[in-house]
Amino acid sequence: MDNLKVLIVDDEEAIRRFLHLALVSQSYTVLEAESGQGAITAISENKPDIVILDLGLPDMDGIAVIRLLRQWSQVPVIVLSVRGSEKDKIAALDAGADDYLTKPFSAGELLARLRVARRRAVQPSGVPVFTTGTLKVDLVKRLVTVADREAQLTPNEYDLLKVLVAGADKVLTHRQLLREVWGTEYGDELHMLHVNISNLRRKIEPDPTRPRFIITEPGVGYRLRTDQ
Amino acid sequence: MVFGEARPNPDELLARVKAEEEQKKRGKLKVFLGYAAGVGKTYTMLEAARQRTKEMDVAVAYVETHHRIETEALLEGLEIIPRRQSEYRGTVLTEMDIDAVLQRHPQLAIVDELAHTNMPDSRHPKRYQDVEELLAAGISVYTTVNVQHIESLRNTVAQITGVWIRETIPDSVLDSASEIEIVDLPADELIKRLKDGKVYVTEQIANAIDKFFRKGNLTALRELTMRIAARHVDEATRSYMETHAIPGPWPSAERLLVCISPGTASTRLIRSARRLAYQMGVEWFVLYVETPDSIKLTVKAQESMAAAIRLAEKLGARAVTRQGESVVTVIVDFARKNNITRIVLGKSQSNRFRRLIFGSMADNIARRGPFDVYILGGSGEAEKAEREKTSLTGQNPRWRGYVIGLGMLAAATFFGYLIRDLFSQTTILMLYLLAVLATAIWGGLRPSIMVSIFGVLAFDFFFVSPYLTFAIEDTQYFFTFLSLLLVGIIISFLTARFRRQTELARQREQQTASLYELSKDLAMLNDMDSYLKTIIKRVRETFGRDGVIFLPDAQNKDRLKTFPDNASITIDENESAAAVWSFQHQKPVGPGTDTLPNVKSRYLPLITARGTVGVLAISADSTFPELSLEQERLLEAYTDLSAVAIEAIQLKEIADNAQILQETEKLQTTLLNSISHDLRTPLVSIIGALSSLQEEQMHLDETAKLNLIQVAGEEADRLNRLITNLLDESRIEAGALHITKQPAEVQDIIGAALEQLGNRIKSRQIKIDLPNSIPFIPVDSGLVIQALANILDNAVKYSPPDSPVDISGMQINQDIKIEIADRGIGIAPEDLSHIFDKFYRVRNPGSVLGTGLGLSISKGIIEAHGGQITAANRTGGGTIISVVLPVAEISQKSGAEQNG
Repeated sequence: MDNLKVLIVDDEEAIRRFLHLALVSQSYTVLEAESGQGAITAISENKPDIVILDLGLPDMDGIAVIRLLRQWSQVPVIVLSVRGSEKDKIAALDAGADDYLTKPFSAGELLARLRVARRRAVQPSGVPVFTTGTLKVDLVKRLVTVADREAQLTPNEYDLLKVLVAGADKVLTHRQLLREVWGTEYGDELHMLHVNISNLRRKIEPDPTRPRFIITEPGVGYRLRTDQ
Repeated sequence: MVFGEARPNPDELLARVKAEEEQKKRGKLKVFLGYAAGVGKTYTMLEAARQRTKEMDVAVAYVETHHRIETEALLEGLEIIPRRQSEYRGTVLTEMDIDAVLQRHPQLAIVDELAHTNMPDSRHPKRYQDVEELLAAGISVYTTVNVQHIESLRNTVAQITGVWIRETIPDSVLDSASEIEIVDLPADELIKRLKDGKVYVTEQIANAIDKFFRKGNLTALRELTMRIAARHVDEATRSYMETHAIPGPWPSAERLLVCISPGTASTRLIRSARRLAYQMGVEWFVLYVETPDSIKLTVKAQESMAAAIRLAEKLGARAVTRQGESVVTVIVDFARKNNITRIVLGKSQSNRFRRLIFGSMADNIARRGPFDVYILGGSGEAEKAEREKTSLTGQNPRWRGYVIGLGMLAAATFFGYLIRDLFSQTTILMLYLLAVLATAIWGGLRPSIMVSIFGVLAFDFFFVSPYLTFAIEDTQYFFTFLSLLLVGIIISFLTARFRRQTELARQREQQTASLYELSKDLAMLNDMDSYLKTIIKRVRETFGRDGVIFLPDAQNKDRLKTFPDNASITIDENESAAAVWSFQHQKPVGPGTDTLPNVKSRYLPLITARGTVGVLAISADSTFPELSLEQERLLEAYTDLSAVAIEAIQLKEIADNAQILQETEKLQTTLLNSISHDLRTPLVSIIGALSSLQEEQMHLDETAKLNLIQVAGEEADRLNRLITNLLDESRIEAGALHITKQPAEVQDIIGAALEQLGNRIKSRQIKIDLPNSIPFIPVDSGLVIQALANILDNAVKYSPPDSPVDISGMQINQDIKIEIADRGIGIAPEDLSHIFDKFYRVRNPGSVLGTGLGLSISKGIIEAHGGQITAANRTGGGTIISVVLPVAEISQKSGAEQNG
């Protein structure tokens, strides 16, 4: 991969240091900003490929940064949040962030998120056939197979899976899923979403009690986990 | 202190502290003393006041100019505090407004005519008591006094002028003055002024004006005034010498004892004794000896005794009451015990006959010890003590005794007649003696004496020849009669006395029993309410009065709470004010006291060594009979006892609180220590490992380095979990747990909980048994996942690494039950309910490390969802923890709109 530019936005020096080291080891070019205002400036001037944004910035609300940013840029944004602030996470994702990391997080988690973000950055459009483990989703033929056995999905379940595949490895909030699959009016129909996810799992998961593919992000949404 | 402000100037600070000290100090009293009206006291006082305005804040509280122009001129420029108006018998009169003065709080207040009597609706009956309050509040006072108004000089002035002055001030007030200035005027000039009409005299003197304003009188009064002033200087010198430890002319530690009896001249005696004590410069006591005869005193006599004792105390003596058979013995005993060298008696009141036989009291006393005995006599005001000879039972009419006597007499004669032939005369004589005895017991002293006399006569008449005459044949009978009479009289006296003693003892016993009952009651009780109830009940029983107790309000120190709330005594504003006054000044208020004598109840402050704990009010209006001297003393004992009891409860409450505080602090310290330890322990490994990696000297190989890094990583995770737990617990404690319920799949939750444990359950067997039909439950997924994770963590920690952990779920009616079972060591039955306690492990230091918050957090979360969590031992070994969560109705609507 070419050297992608990653912008780190965090007011804590120690965190920036750690992130810098981790990113450089992965051959990224690293830019740093300490504040929301600084972030906006850096993004508009330097046009990074990925942004890592801490929600707890001193000068601006991180969510306001995202909203502002999304007005002209689709750059992938990973937010750093604190445990217990579910609402902030959801708000950030709904405002346009792509994924989140809960502090304290391990290097492994960080790299995983970055990989996903990189995929999006480099290859925004998806692939016609999606494969992970024993799951294979052929978006052209509208065919879903698990270990080469076809899975009989309802139209809604298929659409749901399609959305999950489109945002593979990325967290999708309840609202996002509902809107994508059922439409904007259904943004709060959580029960419906849960039931469909549950059914979907039963059909495609080898062990529905220990889901491998469709992972619950408690209080936030769901994520389709791939091998990559 | 706000950042940036300059520190207070130490000089300012000192000035402020001094000012506060000044406030607390008592005001100084300066008395302008004159020997008669018209010498110019008010004028001089005002002149002096004007001088002081240059350096002090001066205000006029009350000045009587009597429309004299020169005096009024002096008032100009001085601040005058408006007087209080009050109506009395149709006219509007003015008085000093003491509250206005207190509020205005000048440094110096001018108060004319210290001996004035206030209007009935005033706080205090006398102006000198008002001044006393001003002084106590820190206000200095200038005032005027005529020498005739001084209590201890009343008799002397009366002797000089023939006028008995009614308005007096106690000597103690004058004694406490810091300065006395004599305002003098030659007698001739005063008489001239009188003729010119420049002198204002009270009505009383006006009636005797010729007598009063004779030159000889005035000169004598003038001399008296100067003597008083001189003595005051003398006293001041003496006290100065004392405070400066200058050995002065204090005539050793001599003491004076004055004995008073309910006879005449008691108050006069006290005043004279006081002057004597003063002249000698000795401490003096006043002793009243109560004998069995004292029962016979009328209420009025008792009151004048009480008044005499009060006067003695006012004049500075220590007044003591003792009981005993023989007055002389009691006096001598007391004198010996208290190192008294001089004894003062009044002129003897017992009749000459008695004195002749038994010796005068003075002689008896003098004989018994090394005492100087003084007898003070002379004419004085007529204050006769009435000694009514009431019968012992008091209520029965006097004639009853005589009827009994006659009855006995008749019976003796009758029986004597019956047996006159069978028995000798001696036996019949005995019958008469029996009659005398019986009358003495049931009839009283006089009737039995009567029976003695008539018995002799009857005996003579009926049983001595010649019969039916009063003549005596045999002269030996003369002696018989005499003996009979004497024996009869002696028996009468002795029996009467015996009866009185018994009666006295009975009364005293009753009082003691009453006090004992009260203290016994209080000893049994333990809380304030019961105490107060008991005290009031006992007051009711013993004195027949309703009572109310005032206690200081914990929040507002100026208010008093009443108990009981539904008191039968009316508590209006006046009454409350009286209670507050009594509390603050530690003095009794109400009828029979110096302050507010017209309020409806008597307010007695409950005082202990630490201060006033409350006020006892007892109803005291005129519908109740007055309390006897005995009852007054008992009441005093009651208030003392109540005060101590109430204080004891208050102190107990303080002690209890202190103990609770101590326990809490101990627990907190233990907790902090434990948490501190738990937080630091992972850090030891982390810092140790990382510093080792950095240490050049350590020469680690790759495997070692990897190991260290792994250790550091694991411990960091552990630290993270601990901090999470502490934060969760804090949030639960603070009630800041925000639960957003959303429908969630049980499978999902369990899966997420397992996910959270990550590495810790990597190598463990976990079996999950969940039916497909389990519905969604409305929970805050994040929190419940945490709760389950904690339980799982526990299960994994306390079971062998190769043993399985079983998770099962089922629906039971309207609830979902999730069970997590392990094959560990199990839990002791008595601990089963305690494992969910906070910091459970703290109390079992032997067991596994950690602060033991996990299960407690789970409990907090589950219960916040309206669920339950329990632990049980498993058959075959191990522990099962069950979590029950309610399944509320989930409609098609969004989870957020449901109320969970």
